[in-house]
Amino acid sequence: MTNEPGTTTPERLSPLDAVHRAAGASFTDFAGWQMPVRYSSDLAEHHAVRNSAGLFDLSHMGEIVLIGAEAAAALDHALAGKLSAIEIGQAKYSLLLADDGGIIDDLVVYRTGDDRYMVVANASNASVVADELRTRAAGFDTIVSDESDDVALIALQGPDARAVLLETPGFGVEGPGNDGEDFDAKLEALKYYRAFPATFEGEPVLVARTGYTGEDGFELYLAPERAARLWEALAETGGPRVTPCGLASRDTLRLEAGMPLYGHELSRDILPVQAGLGRVVALAKPDAFVGRAAIEQGPAADAPVLVGLAAEGRRAARADYEIYDGDDAEATRVGIVTSGALSPTLGHPIAMAFVAPDAAEPGRELFVDVRGTRVAASVVALPFYKRNA
Amino acid sequence: MTDTTALHYTEEHEWIALDGDIATIGITDYAADKLGDVVFVELPAAGTTVTEGTVVGEIESTKSVGELFAPVSGEVVEANQAVVDSPELVNSDPFGEGWLIKVNASSLPKFLSHAEYRALVGE
Repeated sequence: MTNEPGTTTPERLSPLDAVHRAAGASFTDFAGWQMPVRYSSDLAEHHAVRNSAGLFDLSHMGEIVLIGAEAAAALDHALAGKLSAIEIGQAKYSLLLADDGGIIDDLVVYRTGDDRYMVVANASNASVVADELRTRAAGFDTIVSDESDDVALIALQGPDARAVLLETPGFGVEGPGNDGEDFDAKLEALKYYRAFPATFEGEPVLVARTGYTGEDGFELYLAPERAARLWEALAETGGPRVTPCGLASRDTLRLEAGMPLYGHELSRDILPVQAGLGRVVALAKPDAFVGRAAIEQGPAADAPVLVGLAAEGRRAARADYEIYDGDDAEATRVGIVTSGALSPTLGHPIAMAFVAPDAAEPGRELFVDVRGTRVAASVVALPFYKRNA
Repeated sequence: MTDTTALHYTEEHEWIALDGDIATIGITDYAADKLGDVVFVELPAAGTTVTEGTVVGEIESTKSVGELFAPVSGEVVEANQAVVDSPELVNSDPFGEGWLIKVNASSLPKFLSHAEYRALVGE
């Protein structure tokens, strides 16, 4: 048994807990952590990220660091992707697979040096990921260190995120003779899924152009005792452009962007290809990575696949609602919803769902059992929302 | 402003304002806050007979679905069309414009007082 949220472990508090309480946040238990679910309005927070910028505390996420001459080789063995192929300063979305190809967690991996990486895991899986990486890295010249307790994470997401970050005082870059201009130049040049080491008020911060909202934005990794200062500096500099955002808006934002959430779209019972993540698995790499044989064999021909569903009206399909191929008593059950909400941006219900392959073609009309009422929904391509480039 | 101390309450986080036999029913600020932004409200139509303790409507937020339990038995005399058209009224004015239904109550159960309800939600 692993990670029954809130059952055995006492609730953990973010290093920003006092800041959230002062701001009047409502809290939720998330993977054993007490985190802000919203500050005032989850819809306003959602729209703020789409239209200006939102500030998220993601300090509950896990950070596992690998350092050693064979750190890259260890990750090529341990994870589905070819992490040895990414450059220093590059990030890559990857998966930790079980022997049977099921997904133990989805991860973002940053290469922070020639011999070092930082693996960012979901809060609910952080200790499992750390344990698996330690086991899998045995025999490689690398150490695996779970740094989760020593790393806070603040995300600034939205079209105004870059401008606010550039205006916020206190940033610099490491090394002698550097000043704010160097930071600005580096930030201006930073591409999507890249990161660089910087400083905030003299202390290290990793600045990454990554996120989970479907908008441009940044994720800032730093020591927990520095987090409140950075949060307040970003909020103060941004003023009305920056809205503190809770996990409720994070969920609707990632859903619109078609991004999977572990425990909903991803699980140990799902092979990557079922969730549309076949591209994340580097079968071309020569390494005998964990799960390879099962991936090469592939899922059963009738294994369900992840689709998007769009409906009219305002009644949203939600996780675990059943999906049928008709609205009468003879209809066959063809799948199950994994996430759903009334899309704040689009104004109609959207959902992600696993359905039988023969019910998965875009345009197909299916019916979701919404608490006893069959609601029509069309299969659509993901994502639901894509920002203007 | 509604005097919330004069209202009756239920453990299902509903409030009831009594005017003779007519019970005006809504959900409390505590319930509205727990739900988050309300985006969809389904209410029984006028003329519907409702039974105390049964589910007669739904209040949906972006995050979750809340059920509306009838706190009294009787006939619905009015459903608040304004809240169906603008569900955000449940959040912005739960004790006022965010009222949900008016029921001609055939009997009244024992309700919680304001003090009892505030104790229930730990305030």
